[in-house]
Amino acid sequence: MSEALHYHFDVDGASFANAGRASVETKKLLRQLGVSPEIIRSISVAMYEGEINMVIHAHGGDADVYITEDTIIIILKDVGPGIRNVEEAMKEGFSTAPENIRALGFGAGMGLPNMKRYSDEMHIDTKVGVGTTIELWYHLNK
Amino acid sequence: MKISQVAEILNANVLTGEDMLDHEVHSACGSDMMSDVLAFVKDQGVLLSGLINVQVIRTLLMMDMNCVVFVRGKVPPAGIVDFAAENGVVVLQTALPMFESCGRLYCAGLGRKDQPEEAACECGCCSPAEGLNGNDHE
Ligand SMILES: Nc1ncnc2c1ncn2[C@@H]1O[C@H](COP(=O)(O)OP(=O)(O)OP(=O)(O)O)[C@@H](O)[C@H]1O
Ligand SMILES: [Mg+2]
Repeated sequence: MSEALHYHFDVDGASFANAGRASVETKKLLRQLGVSPEIIRSISVAMYEGEINMVIHAHGGDADVYITEDTIIIILKDVGPGIRNVEEAMKEGFSTAPENIRALGFGAGMGLPNMKRYSDEMHIDTKVGVGTTIELWYHLNK
Repeated sequence: MKISQVAEILNANVLTGEDMLDHEVHSACGSDMMSDVLAFVKDQGVLLSGLINVQVIRTLLMMDMNCVVFVRGKVPPAGIVDFAAENGVVVLQTALPMFESCGRLYCAGLGRKDQPEEAACECGCCSPAEGLNGNDHE
């Protein structure tokens, strides 16, 4: 991992309007690095869902992107409320988002399933009252 | 179908992206829930949305989509249109409701596997020949 490129983004939990900025920036970086469009899109969708979740469910947090020759890892870390039942949260359609979030176009309960669908590996580490860390892994030389 | 044809079929105003009207789109998706849109990755599609906020544009960017249609006559604030312009997204705006907007584009052949884009439509409301061939009747 010594040659890994690392990019860090603060995800501002106070601003819905800014949510997604880290994902847009990451997408630009990956383009510059010449990553394939298909992988870029998968990363973009999954990271964006994760970033939105950090803002609407967890008061923001940190997004870190690690890039090596053969792997890209996105780590989204928050110190929000945590996810009580991960299995339930992973089901399509499960959402605890209130009506005001739904009015903004989120809360369909599709984010975590989308993240799973658009990653090679997804690891969720969460504890109620402590926070949530999600890792998204992409293997480049499949 | 070209974006210019989408605009014509929907009687839509072009709020930004005049220079991209020649671009081809191959599919469309109508939804106000962004995660539903994000669940169905498709190339070069149009998003029809009744919801207006900056996340609609970011969702398009994440999906490599390059055209949004705001339906039901809602007018996006300048900030949203500017953000779209900076990122190469065409913004169309139509007075038609979501259902009719989707219906017209579907009738005209957009995103359909079963018929060529020139397909004749029997609904009578959308006159695809007019939209597609540019034969203005008046
Ligand atoms: N970072 C997080 N911190 C705390 N809870 C979370 C977090 N991410 C997800 N959750 C919980 O898991 C549920 C499901 O998340 P998911 O992203 O699938 O759906 P959603 O965010 O509610 O809606 P959508 O993603 O479709 O807009 C959320 O409603 C929330 O209860
Ligand atoms: Mg979500």
